[in-house]
Parts: sequence; structure tokens; C-alpha cells
Amino acid sequence: MSDALVIDARDLHKTYGTRKVVDGLTLAVTPGQICGFLGANGSGKTTTIRMLCGLVKPDSGGGTCLGMDILTDAQKIRLQIGYMTQRFSFYDDLTVTENLEFVAEVYGMANPKQAVAGILERMGLRDRADQLAGELSGGWKQRLALAACVLHKPKLLLLDEPTSGVDAKARREFWDLIHDMAGEGLTVLVSTHYMDEAARCSRIVYLSEGKLVVQGTPDEVVQASKLITFVATGANLDATAVKLRTMPGVESAAVFGAQMHIAGMNRAALEQARASPVGAALTWHEVPPVLEDVFIHLLSDSKP
Amino acid sequence: MNSFSFRRFRAVLHKEWLQIRRDYFTLRMIIMLPVLQLFLFGYAINTNPKHLPTGLITADHSQDERSLIAALQNTGYYDIIPLSSEAQGEQGLADGSLLFVVNIPPNFDRLVDRGEKPTILVDADATDPSAIGNATAALAGLSNVLDRDLPPNLRSQPAQAPFQVAVHARYNPEALTVLNIVPGLICIVLIFSTLFVTTLAITRETERGTMENLLAMPLRPAEVMLAKVVPYIVIGYVQVSIIMVIAVAVFGLPVRGSLLLVALALGLFITSNLLLGVTISTIARNQMQAIQMAMFMLLPSFMLSGFLFPFKGMPVWAQWIGQIFPVTHTLRIMRSVLLKGDGFMDVLPELWPIILFIAVIGVIAVRSYRETLD
Ligand SMILES: Nc1ncnc2c1ncn2[C@@H]1O[C@H](COP(=O)(O)OP(=O)(O)O)[C@@H](O)[C@H]1O
Ligand SMILES: [Mg+2]
Repeated sequence: MSDALVIDARDLHKTYGTRKVVDGLTLAVTPGQICGFLGANGSGKTTTIRMLCGLVKPDSGGGTCLGMDILTDAQKIRLQIGYMTQRFSFYDDLTVTENLEFVAEVYGMANPKQAVAGILERMGLRDRADQLAGELSGGWKQRLALAACVLHKPKLLLLDEPTSGVDAKARREFWDLIHDMAGEGLTVLVSTHYMDEAARCSRIVYLSEGKLVVQGTPDEVVQASKLITFVATGANLDATAVKLRTMPGVESAAVFGAQMHIAGMNRAALEQARASPVGAALTWHEVPPVLEDVFIHLLSDSKP
Repeated sequence: MNSFSFRRFRAVLHKEWLQIRRDYFTLRMIIMLPVLQLFLFGYAINTNPKHLPTGLITADHSQDERSLIAALQNTGYYDIIPLSSEAQGEQGLADGSLLFVVNIPPNFDRLVDRGEKPTILVDADATDPSAIGNATAALAGLSNVLDRDLPPNLRSQPAQAPFQVAVHARYNPEALTVLNIVPGLICIVLIFSTLFVTTLAITRETERGTMENLLAMPLRPAEVMLAKVVPYIVIGYVQVSIIMVIAVAVFGLPVRGSLLLVALALGLFITSNLLLGVTISTIARNQMQAIQMAMFMLLPSFMLSGFLFPFKGMPVWAQWIGQIFPVTHTLRIMRSVLLKGDGFMDVLPELWPIILFIAVIGVIAVRSYRETLD
């Protein structure tokens, strides 16, 4: 069944100096999925994505992208994937249209002008077509980069932190576009820092120090964490959270509006924190953990 | 996919062209720099220095000698300093306090009177030929200074001066003249304005972060390289035209041979510099490194090409190194075509080394283009 996979990478390793940046990563992505690639800064997300499109050679391991070998067929793979780099990498001194026409020509598209006009329309970039890319705001730059990535109608999109530094509205619209395209059959691998974006993925892969920690649908990830979460309401939540955080077994204590979440793996320790003098003043009830709790838990776990 | 695609090449070429056009500052620099350099160096070299310190060694103080010394001083080029010995003259030339030493043989007036045509020896410090060029030329006019003192049969005739002046150009036997320097100057100015623009071509993509994208696209190294070189060949020809017009109009450079041949040689020369620049660009990790490497290539172009020092005066190993550089051959072509009027067949021995250099460096450039980010 493995040739149905869009990304099928096995046991990837990459070492820079003495640092194992990617350490035995195996990744499988099925068609039409939006696969969220998560992990702290420096956990190896960018390096993995680069290995998938042949920009970095793995030290060992290998696999296929769209059925083509990532070690030997990188040139062919490039024709069928769209890669959006973490750092904006189009030409600041070219206009939006010129940047897109350059991409269309390089990919040898049959009718570049028409293709560019179409993508400008679809991405809502038409009003900015003649603006220099360097003069665009972050959100519009991101759109231009996405437009350039999907221009040649790739089957797989690799997006590396596409929404970092973009405002909430632009992020929402960006994700709507990604969902539209996934609906049309495009497979997407997207790395991100944002929890709300992780929740919009059909599947999550969580990396830590180059190793896969958990993967699955957001629900599966939450369940697999076996995390216990309590919610409290009452007065002085912020001050209480600070105190609770220092207690044994309390991995996180965070205030969301009028509520405070505490989470941990050890039920007895959490119950003890609840019953402590500072905790007893609040009203408590248990809830299923949300993704954010799980990620904070994973992040604190990955630190020594 | 693996072969060269003209369409992809054209796409990168168009992109490069747009970027060059929008970078007004660099564009202006590219045009202005060679002009400024040519004027600066051209005039610095073209200056006609006078009152050069000149040592005089003479045994007696006859009438003829006094006339001669007065004539030397009247040219304005020589400030006479009497010396007591030849050793003092040697010392002065060596430490640079004297540029000339004039040695009048003993019994000069008697030898002249007897029609024996004595030789006045002039030692000249020729390390800076432009400094002494005009002064040396003025010596030629001295041969008739004694005419009014001499009986008609001893007066100077065109082929028969009453004495001879022998000039020893010391340290620089080729004694380059200004005319020899302008063709070299054109080459040096072109190196500056072509080597550096492409040296920054690839490193700029790396530093602006656009390289990753360029690598992720289905582009072949040769397509990128060539597209980065071609626009500057065009610009290089604009520079050549401007420089040649100035050289001819302002510095009186003669054009005895074919301008087409000059254009061909300079075109090859520009291409070799641009390719060298691109190669440096792919090897260097950042712009600073690239500039340093370009400087490293620039120095031998100055020193070993025959521009600053006469080629044949260099040790054989240095000549061999000098032969590698296209500038050495271009310099010779320029001199022989412009000054001597040589034709294609005459300069062919100098053309093919440039073409060989282009071929080798082109292969190195394409080979050293990294297709991954490792
Ligand atoms: N070309 C490189 N040379 C040396 N170290 C690198 C290189 N690329 C990445 N790294 C290191 O590898 C680690 C993982 O980087 P990266 O894959 O960019 O992580 P992420 O994208 O998850 O933040 C980082 O510590 C980074 O410094
Ligand atoms: Mg990254």
C-alpha cells in the first residue's frame, strides 16, 4: 500500500557538526491530507522538509516523494511539488507579477501570462500585481509566496512556517486557502508554531530534537498524551497559577480568561495541588485536555 | 530535464535584467567608475613632471660643457646637482634622490673640436617611465646646442651630431611610454568593473535568502550561470565603447589596427572576468569572502601581466603565472592592434589562451555551483 503514500520517508538522519538535527525520522503522508509538522525551534522541521525536496542530502535513510526517490530524483520531484521557504525568498526588487511570471517560465508552463492572471485572481493579489514584492506587508508577501508555490499546479505542498509573523486575519484566510486546495486533492505538509493551526490539520506529527514524538489526528494526539487536566474558576487566578506551577506534579498552570488550566501526568499529585491552601479557594472540575495543554506538556517534556 | 533549457535560461536572464535595471546606483557606478578611473590614472600617468633632480659628473669646465648644461636646464626638466664621483651618482639613483645622472667624459670640448663625437652618458631611473619619458625625449633636442660655437663643418646635421647622448634606462629597459600605458589601463579598468559585479552575483542570492528558492526550482547550474553573465557582457561593451572614445579623444590613443579585432579581444576578456567572478561567487560563502578572493585575483593581474613591470624582466616562473591570466594576453593584443596595427593572424597566439581560460573556468563555474544547501 506504500505507493499510495505521497510522502514515504524512512529513517532519515542528518547531523550538522556533532548535532543530530534529524535522528531516525520516519514520515508517512497520505493523499489529500493536511499534515501539521510541529516542534520547538531547532527540532529539525526545516531540515526534514529540505531533505524531502532534495535541498539537503540525508546522511542515511531515504524514501519517496510522490513515488520518486528523494535521493536520486530530486530534479523530477521539484517539478511536482511547491516549496514555500521559511524565510521569504522571492525577489524584493521585482513586482508581484514579475516574480510570478519568472516562476511560470522556469516551470515551463504552457501559458504563463494566463496562469499568472489566474493565480493573482484566486489569491486576491490583483490589486497589488504591479507593486514591488519588497513593499508588500508580511501577510501579502506570504500570499505571493503561496501563489508562486501553487502556480505550477503541484501535487504536494511543503510549507515551512508559512504564517509566522502574520496577523490573525491573514492567518485565517491563509488557512482557508490551504483547506480549499486540500479539498481539490492537494496534499500539504505544513510546519507551524500555532496551536490553533495544529487543530486545523487532519494529522499532526510532533518532533523533538529530530525524533518523532507523537503522530496522529489531533484527537488521537490528545488521547495518546494521557494528560490529566483540571479547570478552576474563582478569584486571584493569576497569582494562584504562579504558586501552583511550583508544586510537584503540576506541569503547567495557565490562565485563559476567567479559567485556569492545570495539567500533569500524575493524578494524585494534581489532586494534592487542588486540595492545597491556595487551590482549595477555587472551584474545580476535570476536563479532557485540549491540544494546547498537550503541546505545553510535550514542550516541557522535551527539555531536560 | 537534465539538458540546458533555453526557456529557463531566458527566464533567469529576464529576471537578472530587471534587477540590474532597477539598481540605479550600481548601474551608474558601472558606467561612471571606468570613466573616473581612466581619467584619474590617465592623467596621473600623463603628467609631465619637470625639475627632476639630475646629478652631473664632469671632469673639466669648458665652454662646450657650460653651453650643454645651460641647455639641459633650459628644457625645464633638469635640476643640475654637481657630483664629485660616479659612486655618488650610483648612490643617488639607488636611493631615489636622483632620477638622472649625466656623465660628461673628460676632455669633452677637445673631443668635439676634433670631431670625435664623444658620448654623454645619461643614466635614468626608469622605474616610473612616465615620470622620465618627456625629460628623456627632450635630450634629443640637445644635439645642436653647440652649433653656434662650432665651425660650420662640425655643426650638427640630421645624421651627424657633434656628440652623442646615450640614455641608459635603468631598472626598466622597456621604457614604456604613455601610449603603451593606455591600452593596459583599459584592461585594468575593465577588470575592476567586470570581475566584481559577478563576484557578487551568487552570494547576493544567498544573502538575500533567495538562493534556497532558486535551488528548489527546476533550474540547471549552466542556465543560472549563463544568465548571470550575459547581461554584463552587454554592459561591458557599453563600458568598452565609452573607454575607447575617451582614450582616443582625450589621451590621443592611436587606432592603427581593426576596431573589430579589439572588440573581439575585449569581449573575450570581459567574458573571462565575468566567469571568474561567478566561479568565485559560487565558492565563497558570503560577499566578504567573495571580495577577498576577487582581490586575490586582482593583484597578479596588476603585477604579473606586464602592465606595471615589463613582462620579460620577470623570472620565468612569474612569467608562467602571468601567462595564465587573460589580462596578460589582452594587454598584448591591445598594444599590438592599436599601436602596431597587427591583424587577426598576428594576435591569434594571444587569443587562444584567453579562450582556453574561458573554457576551463566555465566548467569549474558550473561544477562548483552547489545544488544543495549542505
Ligand atoms: N546548514 C546548517 N548548518 C549547520 N547547522 C544547521 C544547518 N541547518 C540547520 N542547522 C541546525 O539544525 C538545527 C535544526 O534546524 P531546523 O531544521 O531549521 O529546525 P526548525 O525548522 O525545526 O526550527 C538547528 O539547531 C540549526 O541550527
Ligand atoms: Mg524552521
